[in-house]
Amino acid sequence: MINFRRSAAVLLGLLATTALTGPVPAAADEEQVAEPPRIELVLDVSGSMRAADIDGRTRISVAQQAFNDVVDALPEETQLGIRVLGATYKGKDKKVGCQDTQQIVPVGPVDRSAAKAAVAGLRPTGFTPVGLALRSAAQDLGTGTTTRRIVLITDGEDTCAPPDPCQVARELAAQGTSLVVDTLGLAPDEKVRRQLLCIAGATGGTYTAAQSADELTGRIKQLVERAGDTHTRAPTVVGGTDDCASAPLLAPGVYADRESFSEHRYYRVPVRPGQELRASVSMALDRPVNRDYGVLLRATAADGRELVRGADAGSGRADVLSAGLRWSATADDEATTDDEAAEESPAPVVEPTTVCLVVSNSFAARPGTAATPGMPVELTIDVVAAAGAPDGPDLGRGWVLLVLLTVAGLLTGLIAGLLTRWWVATWREN
Amino acid sequence: MRTALFRSLAALLAAGGAALLPAAAVAAPTPSPGATPVTRAGTSFLTATPITAGQPVRVDASVGDHLYWSFTATAGQVHEITATVTFPKARGGASTWTIDVFDGLRRRQACTAGAQTPTVDGKASSVALGCTLREVRPWAEPWSADPLPGTYVVRLSVVDLPEPDLGAPVDVDLLVGVVADRGASADDGALAAPLVPNTKAGTVLNAVPTPAPEADDEGDRLADWLPDLGSRWIWTGVGGVLAAVAGVVGFALTRRPRRP
Repeated sequence: MINFRRSAAVLLGLLATTALTGPVPAAADEEQVAEPPRIELVLDVSGSMRAADIDGRTRISVAQQAFNDVVDALPEETQLGIRVLGATYKGKDKKVGCQDTQQIVPVGPVDRSAAKAAVAGLRPTGFTPVGLALRSAAQDLGTGTTTRRIVLITDGEDTCAPPDPCQVARELAAQGTSLVVDTLGLAPDEKVRRQLLCIAGATGGTYTAAQSADELTGRIKQLVERAGDTHTRAPTVVGGTDDCASAPLLAPGVYADRESFSEHRYYRVPVRPGQELRASVSMALDRPVNRDYGVLLRATAADGRELVRGADAGSGRADVLSAGLRWSATADDEATTDDEAAEESPAPVVEPTTVCLVVSNSFAARPGTAATPGMPVELTIDVVAAAGAPDGPDLGRGWVLLVLLTVAGLLTGLIAGLLTRWWVATWREN
Repeated sequence: MRTALFRSLAALLAAGGAALLPAAAVAAPTPSPGATPVTRAGTSFLTATPITAGQPVRVDASVGDHLYWSFTATAGQVHEITATVTFPKARGGASTWTIDVFDGLRRRQACTAGAQTPTVDGKASSVALGCTLREVRPWAEPWSADPLPGTYVVRLSVVDLPEPDLGAPVDVDLLVGVVADRGASADDGALAAPLVPNTKAGTVLNAVPTPAPEADDEGDRLADWLPDLGSRWIWTGVGGVLAAVAGVVGFALTRRPRRP
């Protein structure tokens, strides 16, 4: 009994080991990132920062302490800049006050003591030109192939619109360099919250309401850390067209584009016979839209015949809506291509099929929602070897099969033995 | 002699029966001992923080954040995701939370069990979420939506809440666990490459590229021809041998008992 159990366990173990050696996912190749992570903190130093309502301390002193902690804990490779708004102009002239924004620590390797000294000297003073400060911060961070982050810390709404800070954020995000604005509200009221949510939503950033010094410090540290983790090469910006023939031809990789409401965008991908196309698309909800929405990704042949589609729909609050598809040339397609090629030339050249990808959406704008620039689209494309259908013979597997065969064998043996006994007995009698 | 044979037969059946019994009831995932806790989360598909099954996640976040993690699944596995969101501060009203799971092609995955979209009232101090995924298939037709080996992405977010609650701090605990692993055999097919998203920045081509010369096949090695230990060939062959042995045993059982 014990022996049988043990051997069964050994066999089970062996089987499990072999069965587990399935396909191992290929580790994504580590891509060398040329740039260090770049992040800029934008701090509101307007008059309202004098209010002493966070743990009994003034908002500015809480922010200064948080900045000191963040500068101390800054990872070596991260390049940090600090920009302030409303820090110098004491007058009442709105026109002058709304130009009041300066970079007090340039984006680059941080000199900790100099940065701390610059922050310590800040005194709450003037207006709140958030839009202008965002625009300048984006300039400070420069252009490049990796994602840049801005952390906006403010306690009051913009007092200088136009430009509307939310519209500025959307324009900056659409400019080509990948930019994320994370926002932090210090003891925010309803208007500030709305504005910061809008800025964060437009750029794929986050919004936090900080009610204590610990929360503020913890969150800024987390965002700086996140900037270091996620600044890898940003998707290539591509412009889809409105028909298949003129669509851009894409190699495997990640692409970014913009698509407005009810627009169709076309892209082309060369797929050779024996290859499998994998594509996925995400559309970000970067502005208020009607409650229900959907996104559709279709793969069509050059003549417009649909090959396969991926779709998803949703409702309510979300950041992105995504869909994906796989497609590979069927055996028929492959055979025809091979035959034709063989007839035409002695050395068969297998021409790739060009598959058109069509991205469309069923988002609907709310009254007053701007349609331009379009909503962010992220397209990932991969072309890998196709996997044929399993075509083994009709054999069986499993313990039930073994038991069934054994019982059948046993019964056959018993019947054969009984028949033999009966036959021998009959033969002896005669 | 005969009793001994019957005994061994009974033992064989008992051993087979023990192996045939369905696997023990599906247990909730538990953290692997010694696993390093993850304290980060991504905020998009591209920046999802990679975690492994059994690795606990604990992250401070804000209400309204969309948090992303990714994990790898192989054929035959069934994953269960459990999450707890704790609210250190009072909130204004009921909120609805959700766990969405996507495969390597960002296709939404169905949950077969678990509280995927729970709603909590404003006074609750925490909310528990859960999602059990379907078993990962080793192969599926390109047109199908079956779960396949590769990267899976988990997104935790709040879908409905009173707007003033946005931005408040929350603590998120999450754990991905493998609750069943039936493995897979090469007989059932396999993908040429798992569904791992290509995250490199793409290149826009000017012309259709000419095909690279195909690498020569390495030739049929003996190992390519021999079936795996778990394949249907082996199982069926072993079954045939067992049947033959059982036939002989059955035949022997019908013999007249040998006189002493």
